[in-house]
Amino acid sequence: MRLHYQKRKLANYVALTVSVGSAAFGIIFLFWILKDVFTFGFAALNVDFFTQVSAPPGESGGGMAHAILGTLTITVLATAFGVPAGILAGTYLSEYGRKSKTASVVRFVSDILVSAPSIVIGVFVYAILVKPFGGFSAIAGAVALAIIMLPVVVRTAEEMLKLVPDATREAALALGAPHWKVTVSVVYRGALRGIVTGIMLAVARVSGETAPLLFTSFNNSFWNFNLTEPTATLTVTIFNYAMGPYEDWHQMAWGAALLITATVLLVTIISRIIVRGRAG
Amino acid sequence: MKDKFTIKNLNFWYGDKHALKGINLSMKEREVTALIGPSGCGKTTFLRCMNRMHDLYPGNRYEGEILLDGKNLLEKGLDLIKLRSRVGMVFQKPTPFPMSMYDNIAFGLKLMGVKSKSELTSRVEKALKDSALWEEIKDRLHEPALSLSGGQQQRLCIARAVAVEPDVILMDEPCSALDPVATAKIEDLITDLKQNYTVVIVTHNMQQAARVSQYTGFFMLGEVIEFDTTEKIFTAPANKLTEDYITGRFG
Repeated sequence: MRLHYQKRKLANYVALTVSVGSAAFGIIFLFWILKDVFTFGFAALNVDFFTQVSAPPGESGGGMAHAILGTLTITVLATAFGVPAGILAGTYLSEYGRKSKTASVVRFVSDILVSAPSIVIGVFVYAILVKPFGGFSAIAGAVALAIIMLPVVVRTAEEMLKLVPDATREAALALGAPHWKVTVSVVYRGALRGIVTGIMLAVARVSGETAPLLFTSFNNSFWNFNLTEPTATLTVTIFNYAMGPYEDWHQMAWGAALLITATVLLVTIISRIIVRGRAG
Repeated sequence: MKDKFTIKNLNFWYGDKHALKGINLSMKEREVTALIGPSGCGKTTFLRCMNRMHDLYPGNRYEGEILLDGKNLLEKGLDLIKLRSRVGMVFQKPTPFPMSMYDNIAFGLKLMGVKSKSELTSRVEKALKDSALWEEIKDRLHEPALSLSGGQQQRLCIARAVAVEPDVILMDEPCSALDPVATAKIEDLITDLKQNYTVVIVTHNMQQAARVSQYTGFFMLGEVIEFDTTEKIFTAPANKLTEDYITGRFG
């Protein structure tokens, strides 16, 4: 009897150790990455980094200002394309389509789109926007990112809208409100926080994308204020600079990596806080 | 007292399920009618026919007539929005909207086209006074309605229904999620509402039916077993089933 008890204790101990060890193994890499990005990245940050464009190859100095602007422009545009469409599609699924055949097809397709490799989406946009219109552009980049955002926003919007109890919808309808009014003034209001969080996470996710931008917005070493021209982004610049032969470039790439990581981290943390606020 | 509702041979189906079978009854104006019966007997289904709530979900079907002031509610092409502004509803669980207490009540008023700020404010105040909630919340009208207690939320929902001045208020077990003190307040409120409104209340609580209503309908298995004055139902029921139910032999 006693032996049996000892055995169970031992098994428990082993299982606990193995699972804690595995968790630690995963987390170590996250912190390792963060540590390297922060230590190497900080060294590269200075005023020039935020205000200057790239120096000619081989010369020292220069900055990432054009790429920061490019990433901001493309992300904002992608949000403007992807979020309204995503929210409306989510609204269809939760408020109108519900259990209908069409709705389940939309849900299925959207789930497939979530797992579509982002490079495939890049190539697709290359084929429909870059090639026919004769060049890389910020718009093409934004469309590619919007397509990546779309399914994420659709599903979060649907999930968040579904959290609003049906009784609340019925209560509004029972007051004589038309369906659209119930959705806009009651259901959206109840789901607002969750939807905003979903959007923030989707934005954070696409702002770190590189592959789809290689085929769409391409790159640029200078300021570009024209949405139909090739546009630099932090991620693509990291890709080019990290592969480049100059030590200066590597430094810049670390700086850019830090900037993106810190922004994504910040956005994620803020959205966590928002979610917690709702639960409390 | 004239009849507000007259129901003639009403049948209702959830898809293939025949949930209400040949209901015939009438309800008096400015009286409280209670609907009692065991779970699943169709009393809530019946209540939800009276403002055509079932139309929200596909596959539901009505047959027969529900006359409100002589006009059939089941007519094709009836304006449901108009109907629902005449027939208000209060649900089992409080259903405050995710907005301020003031906006909750103003919601229905705005739907009816009340635009002037002063009129909104005065009608919100009147609705809250009529629902005996004004004194408790007048200093925090612009705080979220979800910060109220369950009983206060339910009275807010009643105020919201009353604010648009409907003819009829349907209540679907309005006290089942509330404690006895909050329940007593709502029961008092129902008695007050009777002065101006026709009230139909579904309840599981037979004492409640006895306390608040003048007429009672006993439902079982989708049929009305007995409908009469509350006094008669509770003191001298004509049907054996009614007697067994109210004396607690089943249900």
